[in-house]
Amino acid sequence: MENSIQSIPQNWYLILSSFMFCIGIMGVLFRRNAIIILMCIELMLNAVNLLLVSFSSYAGNAEGQVFVFFIMVVAAAEVAVGLALLVSIYRNIASTDINILSKMKW
Amino acid sequence: MTETIIQSSNLFLPTILIPLLPLIGFIINGLFGKKLGHASGWIATLVMFASLACSMFLFFNLPSGTTETVTLSNWFYFNDIFIPFAFLIDPLTITMLLVVTGIGSLIHLYSIGYMHHDEGFARFFTYLNLFVFFMLLLVMGNNYLIMFIGWEGVGLCSYLLIGFWFKNQAYNDAAKKAFIMNRIGDLGFLLGMFMMLYHFKSLNYDKVAIGAMSLGVNHITVVGITLFLFIGAMGKSAQLPLYTWLPDAMAGPTPVSALIHAATMVTAGIYMIARSNIIYSLAPHTLDVILIIGTATSLFAAIIGLLQNDIKKVLAYSTVSQLGLMFAALGMGAFESGMFHVVTHAFFKALLFLGAGSVIHALGGEQDMRRMGGLGKYIKITFLTFLIGTIAISGIPPFAGFFSKDEILASAFEHNKVIWGLLSFSSMLTAFYMFRLLYLTFSNSFRGTEEVKHHIHESPTVMTLPLIILAACSTVVGFIGLPPVLSHSHNFKNYLSSVFAQSKTILPAGHQMSHSMEWILIATAVGLAIVSIAFAYFKYVKQKQTPLEDEQLKGISKVISNKFYVDEIYNAVFVKPIMLLSDLFLVIIDKLVIDLLVHGVAFVTAQFGRGLRLLQTGHVGFYMFAMVISMIILLALQIFNIFNFLHI
Amino acid sequence: MLTLILLLIPLFASLIALLFKGESVKWFSFIISIFQLVFTLYIYFVFSSLNNGLDKEITQSIKDSLSINIDWINSPNINFNIGLDGMSLLMVFLTNLLMPLIILSGLNKNQERPQILYSLMLLMNFALIGVFVSFDGFLYYIFWELALIPIYFIALNWGGPNRATVTLKFFIYTLAGSLLMLFGFLYLYWATPSHNLSWVDLTVNHICSCKQGFIFWMFFLAFAIKIPIIPFHTWQPDTYSTAPTQGTMLLSGIMLKMGLYSLLRWLLPVVPNGVAEYTPYVIALCFIGVVYASVIAIMQTDIKKLFAYSSIAHVGLIAGGIFALNMQGFQGALIQMLAHGINVVGLFYCAEIIISRTGTSDINSLGGIRVLSPRFAMYFLIIVLGSVALPLTNGFIGEFMLLFGLFEYHSWAGFIAGLTIILGAVYMLRMYQKVMLGDVNENVTVFENLKWNEELILAIIAILIFAFGVFPKPVLELVEPIASHIFKLSFIK
Repeated sequence: MENSIQSIPQNWYLILSSFMFCIGIMGVLFRRNAIIILMCIELMLNAVNLLLVSFSSYAGNAEGQVFVFFIMVVAAAEVAVGLALLVSIYRNIASTDINILSKMKW
Repeated sequence: MTETIIQSSNLFLPTILIPLLPLIGFIINGLFGKKLGHASGWIATLVMFASLACSMFLFFNLPSGTTETVTLSNWFYFNDIFIPFAFLIDPLTITMLLVVTGIGSLIHLYSIGYMHHDEGFARFFTYLNLFVFFMLLLVMGNNYLIMFIGWEGVGLCSYLLIGFWFKNQAYNDAAKKAFIMNRIGDLGFLLGMFMMLYHFKSLNYDKVAIGAMSLGVNHITVVGITLFLFIGAMGKSAQLPLYTWLPDAMAGPTPVSALIHAATMVTAGIYMIARSNIIYSLAPHTLDVILIIGTATSLFAAIIGLLQNDIKKVLAYSTVSQLGLMFAALGMGAFESGMFHVVTHAFFKALLFLGAGSVIHALGGEQDMRRMGGLGKYIKITFLTFLIGTIAISGIPPFAGFFSKDEILASAFEHNKVIWGLLSFSSMLTAFYMFRLLYLTFSNSFRGTEEVKHHIHESPTVMTLPLIILAACSTVVGFIGLPPVLSHSHNFKNYLSSVFAQSKTILPAGHQMSHSMEWILIATAVGLAIVSIAFAYFKYVKQKQTPLEDEQLKGISKVISNKFYVDEIYNAVFVKPIMLLSDLFLVIIDKLVIDLLVHGVAFVTAQFGRGLRLLQTGHVGFYMFAMVISMIILLALQIFNIFNFLHI
Repeated sequence: MLTLILLLIPLFASLIALLFKGESVKWFSFIISIFQLVFTLYIYFVFSSLNNGLDKEITQSIKDSLSINIDWINSPNINFNIGLDGMSLLMVFLTNLLMPLIILSGLNKNQERPQILYSLMLLMNFALIGVFVSFDGFLYYIFWELALIPIYFIALNWGGPNRATVTLKFFIYTLAGSLLMLFGFLYLYWATPSHNLSWVDLTVNHICSCKQGFIFWMFFLAFAIKIPIIPFHTWQPDTYSTAPTQGTMLLSGIMLKMGLYSLLRWLLPVVPNGVAEYTPYVIALCFIGVVYASVIAIMQTDIKKLFAYSSIAHVGLIAGGIFALNMQGFQGALIQMLAHGINVVGLFYCAEIIISRTGTSDINSLGGIRVLSPRFAMYFLIIVLGSVALPLTNGFIGEFMLLFGLFEYHSWAGFIAGLTIILGAVYMLRMYQKVMLGDVNENVTVFENLKWNEELILAIIAILIFAFGVFPKPVLELVEPIASHIFKLSFIK
């Protein structure tokens, strides 16, 4: 197990997760569809997860992997709630475009 | 913590009974007055006579030249200062006790007749008893604070009794004015007490006197204390510039004017200074002030009295004038003469007021002398007693006023010739306007309406009896103080000598006047009085002049008749500005400045909120953008060590 | 233990009160408040036996029975520290003396949702007692804040017109003050070496004098708003005239005293250097306030606002007496707090009686009530005389000592503050004349006779006015030891 993770140099993990994270941010910032934004958030979380796992493995400390489990649970809950909200929004206005969802102002 | 209470002697019971009896009368009448009906008047009178009897008992049983202190309790204390609730019995107190309870009883008796038809009969006697209670506290206390209780208490009763007919707002205004003007004086009294407490750590008369003596003559502290106390006396005894309430106080029922505003309460200031004679002797500067103010008041009030047409107002100004005379006596250090005049004045002025009340009673409420005249024929007893009172106040021997006035004038002659001249002039004016009053009221023919004339009747016995007794007293009471040319012993002076002994050693002793000089003075005074009486007789009886109606007055007589416009001046200088200030404070400072600041803070906060909420566009994309940007900025700050730079 | 019982009874009673339906809750809370009063008197006798030179063991056991000190929260270090000394006892006595009267005044009135109103009043009682018996800074702060909540809801739900705005102003004003006080306490907590806000510690181990100025101002502003001292008073006249009378009585009779009490308890002995440094300014503020408020009261036409301004003048004098920093000032302030509490409750109750019968609070459209109801006129006059400090009424001794305290501080201060006896007479007598005397005004042709509970309240107040005026010694003896203790603590060593 350790070998298979450590067989790749740590820098590659860093680069990969940075790319994933940036893709996530870009998606959040530039896409208008709420479902895609939600997916991009998942992407960002997973980038962090990847980083945590790799660091945990290299440092020989299991705490990082425990965190990953927490994050996965939270992410699952978040997706469940988020999708439920989106479904009910879609039922009401027949759209998931965030630019139309601007009633919550002032 | 208690100071030891000394209980003494057989005088304890009568001493506490003296103020207690009127208090009991007050409580009975206050609680059950309505049910008692006219019995309340008799109860009130009874307690007064009982109180008089106790005072007589003290008079006969107090060994001469001694003082007794009766302590009831330690009223309150702070730090190491104790304020006992204690009474001091000495000749001066007893003199005042006899005057207050004696004249008080007669006036109570008189009131039973005078107030008979009034719906507030029981209430009247309730207040009257309460007044006597406070007056007795005033004269009996052994420290300034007990005196102050009485001092404010009589002010309260004066307020209640001036505004006795409370449906009339003009009377209520007069009552309020009296209370407030007295309060101005009371502030002076309070500050005087504070100075005593601060410097002498006590308010007891004897301790203050000892403390003051250790400071020496004309020490700034003693001058300050005496001046502040004198301000209190100005208010209570209606001296310039705080006298204007007394003429207005005539709004009260006439027995009230007789008791409170002539015989007792207004002499409290004189009593207070006589009581504090030692500290006043130590402050000759204050005595000079008192002398000047007393003389000025005496003259000023006498001049106003010349042209008043309301029978009670004339008497009121004459009271102010006589009080001024008494203060002048005190200012010359002639404390006994001042007190002597208090006593004689109490008798004849009470007599005059009650006589005036009898006249008003006979005429069914008329007080304007222009609507009187010729009453001598109808109400003989009133006329005769009033005549005696008038002669007494004018200073014709052998009636009471002559002896006391003569004594004061003699002291004035010794002290300062100018003062003597002014006081003699004022006495002359007094004789004139009093006889003017007498002639206008009782001589010639009646000037009122036929209807009133038809109803004129002599007052009932309960009213005439006090008049007769007071007239008798006004005739003979002067003999307790015969001038040196007539007698070797001045009984009144001897009686009080122990009280004033110490101040006599402090004040520079006057030299004994020669007998011939004294005869000249007596002759001058009597001569001036007779001249002015003759002038009044000529003017009002021979020529049958009657005073002009108000609107016909011109020039100086209009100014005098309008009391030199003093009320109007006070109104413009004090009352109006304070009212203006009140509105100004409320509108400008409270509403504008302070509320503007308070509301300003709220407004600024609200504006901030209004501005910032525009950021809340509702676009999720914008929020996320802002979030990312903020994170990047924070990261950048961390990377470039900005936080360390800022020492956060 | 006694103190704890005293504190907790109103709390439980306020919860139980919610269970009642209809009018019976008034009787319930009345009985509770009477019990509280009796219990306070019992504690007074226990307490005063301390001075009688008993042997040490008994004295110690009495002291133990009066105070409780247990750890509550460890970080920050907050102890549940309650106890009673003469000053606390006096204030608790005032609270429990006025509560029955305040509750009694509502007996014959139609009030909406009485169970909530009386529950809130009992909660208020709890909080007020809490303020007076707390000997730990944080605990005290908690009670101080707690007292604001019930009165806010009382004023908001049972008040007169325009109550929402006025109550909000009052709430935010006092809350701002409380915030400053919280800053003060936090700063104090970090500045004390022991990290402990126990009153005894704070008064013995003063913090560095360089930091005292800051705490002085934080505390002073909080108290000044509550008292209120000019220029922090503008919430008060509106609140007094808008709040329901029972709320006004609570506010003016007891809650104002919280501020004055706190000056003596938490300001003077805790930061004596700060006090010494800034006293001249504060005292000037106080006696200017006395004259300022009195002058405004002269021209007020609304009877409740007139009393509100007169109250500002009176409490300004009390605050001035406290800052004069001498024994007579302290003792006078304490005795005057009691007197003012009684008098002002009486005044507002009279105002309530007049307003509820005539429907107007404008003194120009009143008049002649004395003709219609002489008994009421008598009670009203007695209360007015008490508040103009006539000798032999309760107002006099306190005012005398306060004025002498100020005079000793500086003779001009005594003189200017002394103007209050003249101005007080002016506005009070003017009010009395316009409202009660003269001919009957057309607005007041019918003036219902006093009901039994109204007459009872007025008679009790009238008796109290004379009782404390003629026999002030028990009160003076009660407060003397603690006043001299605070006097000693308030001087820089």
